[in-house]
Amino acid sequence: MPLLEFTSRGIYCAAADVYLDPWKKVVKALITHGHSDHARWGHQQYITHHDNVPIIQHRLGKIVVAGKAYGECFKVNGVTFSFHPAGHVPGSSQIRVEHRGEVWVFTGDYKLENDGISTPFEPVPCHTFITECTFGLPVFDWQNPTLVHQQINQWWAANKAAGVTSLLMGYSLGKIQRLLKHLDPCIGNIFTHGAPEKMTQVLRAQIDFPDTRLITRETNKKEIQGNMVLAPPAVMGSAWAKKLGTISTGYASGWMAFRGARRRRAVDKAFVLSDHADWKGLLQAIEATACENVITTHGYTDIFAQYLREKGWNARTEKTQYEAETPETSLTE
Amino acid sequence: MKAFAQLIDALDSTNKTTQKVDLLADYFRTTSRTDALWAVALLSHRRPSRPVTTTLLRQWAAEVAGLSTWLFEEAYHIVGDLAETIALLVPNTQSHSQESLAETIATLIALKNKEEPEKKAYILARWQQLSSTERFVFNKILTGGFRIGISQKLMTRALGQALELDENTLAHRLMGQWSPENTRFEDLLITPKAADQLSRPYPFYLAYAVEDDFFDKQSVTEYHIEHKWDGMRGQLIVREGQLFLWSRGEELITNKFPEFAPFAQQLPSGTVLDGEILPYPKGVIGNFNDLQKRIGRKTVGAKLLRDIPTRFMIYDLLEWEGKDYRNEPLWKRQQQLAHLFERYSEQELPWEHSNVLQFDHWDAVATERNRAPEMRSEGLMLKKRDSIYAVGRKKGAWWKWKSDPKTIDAVLTYAMRGHGRRTNLYTDYTFGLWDEGQLVTFAKAYSGLTDKEIREVDRFVKQNTLARFGPVREVTPQLVFEIAFEGIAASSRHKSGVAVRFPRILRWRHDKKIEGANSLSDLKELLP
Repeated sequence: MPLLEFTSRGIYCAAADVYLDPWKKVVKALITHGHSDHARWGHQQYITHHDNVPIIQHRLGKIVVAGKAYGECFKVNGVTFSFHPAGHVPGSSQIRVEHRGEVWVFTGDYKLENDGISTPFEPVPCHTFITECTFGLPVFDWQNPTLVHQQINQWWAANKAAGVTSLLMGYSLGKIQRLLKHLDPCIGNIFTHGAPEKMTQVLRAQIDFPDTRLITRETNKKEIQGNMVLAPPAVMGSAWAKKLGTISTGYASGWMAFRGARRRRAVDKAFVLSDHADWKGLLQAIEATACENVITTHGYTDIFAQYLREKGWNARTEKTQYEAETPETSLTE
Repeated sequence: MKAFAQLIDALDSTNKTTQKVDLLADYFRTTSRTDALWAVALLSHRRPSRPVTTTLLRQWAAEVAGLSTWLFEEAYHIVGDLAETIALLVPNTQSHSQESLAETIATLIALKNKEEPEKKAYILARWQQLSSTERFVFNKILTGGFRIGISQKLMTRALGQALELDENTLAHRLMGQWSPENTRFEDLLITPKAADQLSRPYPFYLAYAVEDDFFDKQSVTEYHIEHKWDGMRGQLIVREGQLFLWSRGEELITNKFPEFAPFAQQLPSGTVLDGEILPYPKGVIGNFNDLQKRIGRKTVGAKLLRDIPTRFMIYDLLEWEGKDYRNEPLWKRQQQLAHLFERYSEQELPWEHSNVLQFDHWDAVATERNRAPEMRSEGLMLKKRDSIYAVGRKKGAWWKWKSDPKTIDAVLTYAMRGHGRRTNLYTDYTFGLWDEGQLVTFAKAYSGLTDKEIREVDRFVKQNTLARFGPVREVTPQLVFEIAFEGIAASSRHKSGVAVRFPRILRWRHDKKIEGANSLSDLKELLP
């Protein structure tokens, strides 16, 4: 029996009787990170990295959860588990599973660049590597993120000079904080929408961020003018956004590499900034593990696995319920 | 090239029309006249002919990117645009190129007659010299079809601002088959020479579909009613003994309709007529398929001319004795047109006069509309009596009131990824009808669903794929859609034996199971 199996409830380790990022209710769940397709509600017991504990408590409410440090080994029914940095969002991990000399690693989601808020990705040697491949196509080739942050600050400064408010949108956990961390507070004030503000508050205990001000009913439109507003993508075109006055809209996501996706999103400014590995990143990560077997889970799984086979890996695809296939259905981009 | 690529980038970075116009106007003001002319040409879909096939471009791009052909093709299917795929896959380098837009295109034109290795060397070198956006623009010029979400109307408005010229005057000057290869910016747009005007058509005036509250708001007595002819819109020009026939796509099609040659001898110089080219097999108006047989041929043989003669159904007069009549009211233009017919009635020209009808009640108009099949028209045109002949699609004076489309319930059988704004989504669908227990393909349709429905169907396609054929997925027959179409004709070229015109999705029949979809014989019953 393989060390990890793909069952209808999730990725299962039969020897330990635990699940990794399960999508149905289970007794014991090891969780890679706080995004809703990986950390779901209803498990009896959660085990995750320390930094992810407050995140999933915030999202899931009252749960039974144990926190672990990176690299800390713990045994469940004789199987050794440990969490290792995935660099995806704060508190995100890869999960290493070792039993009778065999090592498997499940990546959850990951990226190789240091985003300034998450502990950077560390390769973990293994025999079998279960990897995401959200952007597993050679057309995805990320620019240096420092340049993207510069573009964002330039865009903000230009808007500010024109008296226009910058509405920058991204996912509430991870993307918004990454954007916030690299905004230049010398340009102006940073306002937030409720959802990302709450998550940012949770993360302030771990990470140093520029100041933010929550937009409430009392907030005056004049105070916001020319400043930066951080919000989730759902506000695009909403009554909430209309109240901001004259705005320029920006959206940060890896999908913005596609012209078609940019045009559908219909924002004024699209920034290609992703918390997932690009094509080269995925290949680099796989090589660094020195693995023999690769299992691709969500993203362009078939194409990516076929390419890996062509390059000599024993690669296959497994179906999971982690969302990834299009810019429309994705939760975490 | 750099400035033009920056323009495209900036245009892509805003959704506000006024800003787009400003950006374009700025570009026209600051760039060289030769570059500006090429920009105008590209944005009005005039492009240099393709120096290399797209097959070769794909091969070369895969090679430079170090990818197997299959992987390149997969990437292309997902990106949905060849120019963009290549721009994304070719590795970036640090070198630069200072070649202007006009210089780049001149090189591409010269490249056409070179040997393949030389073409390859040039294109590969350019890919590496250009930034990602420049590369995208370069590839767009190379692959043709420069559709980037800027309408010709928007471009003309910007040009008007930059040159401080009237937009409609410019729209007229931009008509016809010119190319930067044979004209200059000044000669085309600023001080046009009379000799160049000889063949130039006027911009077509286009109608809007009637809106729901139209009949409550409008008074029937102010309208001229005509049948809406189902042929090919054309503009017939006679100047200095020469005949020019233009299609709405601004193509000169004089040679395709040799039977119209007598117009040149019979009509006086300075006559411009707006009408519909209609097929007349067996002496009566045929259907669109008949006309298609004529359009499709490079040369029109004697037999085809005999089998499917065409006539010009005239409904408007734009120029008479060299005078521009477009600003005269419709009733006056039609009066003049009636005179014309009277005066030349003995010449037996291949023309018809589209009858102008007048009614006292919209009810009577509706009854007339029901006669469309018998009149072999598509419905009615409603034109304000006092309307001028405007430029392009302008709301307010000309309306089309088409016959209700025919509809049929069909099953989704295949789906293909879309292009442009629909990149990466399954938006191009194939539909089947029942025939002896099998679903037989009868039409493809792309439009009619809302964005939300498109996303739902996209998800369905991804989760219910039976087989993949490159970009096409065969799906489990499960979804039923009501498909609307305009015309229907028997066809030996289609597997179903039937060709339908303008098929589109009317609605998603959530209430129907596939067993309840229509059959091919149901469809054939609709044949005239």
